Amino acid sequence: MASEFAVELREVVKKFITPEGNELAAVDNVTMQIKQGEFFSMLGSSGCGKTTSLRMIAGFEWPTDGEVFIDGEPQGHKPPFLRPVNTVFQNYALFQHMTVSENIAFGLEMEKVEKKEIERRVGEALDMVKLGGMGRRRPKQLSGGQQQRIALARALVKRPKVLLLDEPLGALDLKLRKEMQLELKSLQQEVGITFIYVTHDQEEALTMSDRIAVMSLGKVRQMGTAVEIYERPTSRFVADFIGESNFLDGKVKSIKGDQAVVSIPAWGEDLAGIVTSKVKVGDDVSVSIRPEKIRLTDRQGVKEDSVEGVVTNSTYIGSDTHLYLDVRGVRVKVWEQNHISTLDPRAFYSNGEKAWLTLLPENTLVLPRD
Amino acid sequence: MNPFRRSPFVITATMLVYAFLYLPIVVLVLYSFNASRTNVVFTGFIPKFADTVLADGSNIVQSPCGPFHWFCELSKNTDVTNAAKNTLTIAFIATFVSTVVGTMAALALQRYNFKLKSFSQLSLYIPIVIPEIVMGIGILTLFSQLFGLLNNVLNLNGDARLTLGLGTVIVSHIAFMIPFVTLVVQARLQGFEKAYEEAAMDLGANEWITFQRITFPMILPGVLSGALLAFTLSLDDFVITFFTNGPGSTTLPIYVYGLLRRIITPQVNALSTVWITIVFLAVLMLQWIQNREQK
Amino acid sequence: MLKRLRENKSAQGTLLILPTLVFMVGLLIIPLLLTLVVSFGQRSPDGNVIYSFSFNNYVRLLGYSTDCANGAKVCFDPLYAQIMWRSLALGFNTTVLVIVLAYPLAYFIARAHPKRRNTYLFLVLIPLWTNFVIRVYAWMMLLRQEGVINIVLGWFANLLHIPFTPLNMLYTPGAVLVGMVYEFLPFMILPIYTSLEKIDNSLYEAAADLGANSLRTLMRVTLPLSMPGVVAGTILVFIPVMGTFIVSDILGGRQVILVGNLIQRQFLDARDPTFGSAASLILMILTLIVTYFYTRKFGFGEEIVVA
Repeated sequence: MASEFAVELREVVKKFITPEGNELAAVDNVTMQIKQGEFFSMLGSSGCGKTTSLRMIAGFEWPTDGEVFIDGEPQGHKPPFLRPVNTVFQNYALFQHMTVSENIAFGLEMEKVEKKEIERRVGEALDMVKLGGMGRRRPKQLSGGQQQRIALARALVKRPKVLLLDEPLGALDLKLRKEMQLELKSLQQEVGITFIYVTHDQEEALTMSDRIAVMSLGKVRQMGTAVEIYERPTSRFVADFIGESNFLDGKVKSIKGDQAVVSIPAWGEDLAGIVTSKVKVGDDVSVSIRPEKIRLTDRQGVKEDSVEGVVTNSTYIGSDTHLYLDVRGVRVKVWEQNHISTLDPRAFYSNGEKAWLTLLPENTLVLPRD
Repeated sequence: MNPFRRSPFVITATMLVYAFLYLPIVVLVLYSFNASRTNVVFTGFIPKFADTVLADGSNIVQSPCGPFHWFCELSKNTDVTNAAKNTLTIAFIATFVSTVVGTMAALALQRYNFKLKSFSQLSLYIPIVIPEIVMGIGILTLFSQLFGLLNNVLNLNGDARLTLGLGTVIVSHIAFMIPFVTLVVQARLQGFEKAYEEAAMDLGANEWITFQRITFPMILPGVLSGALLAFTLSLDDFVITFFTNGPGSTTLPIYVYGLLRRIITPQVNALSTVWITIVFLAVLMLQWIQNREQK
Repeated sequence: MLKRLRENKSAQGTLLILPTLVFMVGLLIIPLLLTLVVSFGQRSPDGNVIYSFSFNNYVRLLGYSTDCANGAKVCFDPLYAQIMWRSLALGFNTTVLVIVLAYPLAYFIARAHPKRRNTYLFLVLIPLWTNFVIRVYAWMMLLRQEGVINIVLGWFANLLHIPFTPLNMLYTPGAVLVGMVYEFLPFMILPIYTSLEKIDNSLYEAAADLGANSLRTLMRVTLPLSMPGVVAGTILVFIPVMGTFIVSDILGGRQVILVGNLIQRQFLDARDPTFGSAASLILMILTLIVTYFYTRKFGFGEEIVVA
């Protein structure tokens, strides 16, 4: 009875009692549908409920309210060993008293697979994570990256419908992490099963995922593809959490279709932008513009588009330069790509220099202030 | 780095304390070869082999065992061998039960919350903070009153009468060993991550298999430490055994105590020497095992 | 049914603790309560308990006897109070001496080469693993009139041509003190060692770098950081000393009577379990009071005990 969705959470609530005796909702009415075969990420900072949600899918916790569905079947209070999902743990949780092969074989033993078949599949799994021949070693003898791959192999060898990954790359150093991100992505596409990935690293989520759920304080703030989340955030929180943004507070003056005009008291001017979620005239909103979307010139352009500012600070990153300007009392960030190779200092803005910023309505968003 | 370490004061103090610790033991062992039966004065080593003569003032005895005369006497002493048997029996049974029960308690206290938790934790601390004698006479009072009552009510006579004996000693040992086992295992459990058990269940193992294949092997070192501690406590116990034993359930420490109040022959020393030697060998063995494991 | 158990975590915990509770309640709590009840009773002619409610036993312990010579109803009999006091004093003295002796040794081991530390520790533990009673007996052999110490002193005296009468060491309070110190010394060495060992080497280097000489380092760095060990050791020494009767029995003869001896005799010789129970409870209360105030001031040090 295959469903369209690999995993579904319907109005799931999870409440805990704090040591002081208060009730805390770690997951507060979350609904999400994860499609078959997709790489889905839950993104948020610690305490947002992403790990708790994952654990409820795995079966380590049971919802206080609402229901978890795997492949269309409600899971109720089923323990983890009766669910067709497998988990890769943050600290790998490899069994220290067993060899690598025994670790991987464990899950198959539980399924009462025949010994010869187990041997074959364990070998296959090791090859798949490029650690063939390491079967006899003990987890302690392996590096962090290798242990992580064994944890992966151990879960995948069972051919689960869904693979759950709880910040698996957290303990690795930067270079290794980036390598593993690519490997995980290609592995997922190769094997074809649904991956549900939990992370606090937005770059990771944006790189690997088909879709992302941005979570905060137990609620899902927004769900969508990387592009949707980045270019069309539906709240100030998401715009702030993902990437960098400039924010200007104001009131909605008028709305026409998906465009709105907002009066900005700090500048005494109006700005136009795209509306991504329900706003009404008179609402308090934040206007958001991403730093890379602002064009900077050292002479005034078309009057309506440009605002004048003074460069207060700049940081040279190599491929980009990050500039900080004072625009009528408001601090604005602008990222410029260094697309001309030159050593001439006049090609770079110096502190105190005047510049004009072009803010285009199609690059501007009007977001509810939360 | 710290000059204090090499300070002559520390080194002399250390040597003196070690000497203090071992002096009695050395003397003890020496006297087990004493040629004097009353063991009051050391009249010299029992000289070599057969046809040895003991200087005692009044009695002269032949000794085929040579210098080890008293050890031979010891092995013929059925009281001693019985006491040894009792001691070991009690220790093994009590260790097994208290280890199982104590480990269960440690698991309960570390992982779960339940209504009786504080009460249980508190009751486990009590045996550690009260003098043993208080617990000893408490248990004695319990058994004597209880047995008295039951014997009367159920009209038991002769062999059927409930009395102090091996059973009461074992049960009492278990009671005072449980807190120690629990403490040791609990300390080990503190570092234990639930993730391993979750991983096992995630891979298809139910609670019982998880415990068997994952949890237990991982806590085994802690459990064994607890068991070893319990075994030593039981073997060595005097006070609790003193108040709960009866005829036929004498243990070695009780037997030695009894001897000390009556006749003191070098047999006591011989017994002590044997005990010390066994401990020494056991320690050496432990060291050897530990060294092997580390490779 | 199994399913419901799986879901109810609290029930699982309760089940696991059940056997322990049976033992603790049955062989600890109930005996203590029974002791309390019995302590208010009276001695029956055949040495058993008559259950009643009277404070007689406690009154006797606190120093007033109802069994007076000149026919008065109540007279002052400090015998038992003196015993209590003597036991407390012994506990205190033993603990202090043990700390003094244990500290240098523990320090030495803690600062020794890591590979040799285990050996040094085992050397400390081996005497501990030989039997308690045996160790006390050994001191008997040493302290007797004809014992080893007197023999050795005699030799020296002869060598120096000094007249020598053998010292009467056995069956004195001093002998009991020595015996107690000997018995419990390892129990102080181990906790102090554990807490000293935890002190990172870099702390000593930092102190030296900041200008502290070795004495000041000891006073301001080492000692304070090793306090948990001292506390744990004190609890491990003081409480048993208060209750031990063997040492005073064997090394003190009939001369030195401590609380432990008192209790023991009530249950064996004098056959007054009610009085013995009362004494036992007073002992327990005294011990708990001292321990309570001590740990309040210095902490519990329980992390040391387990190592």
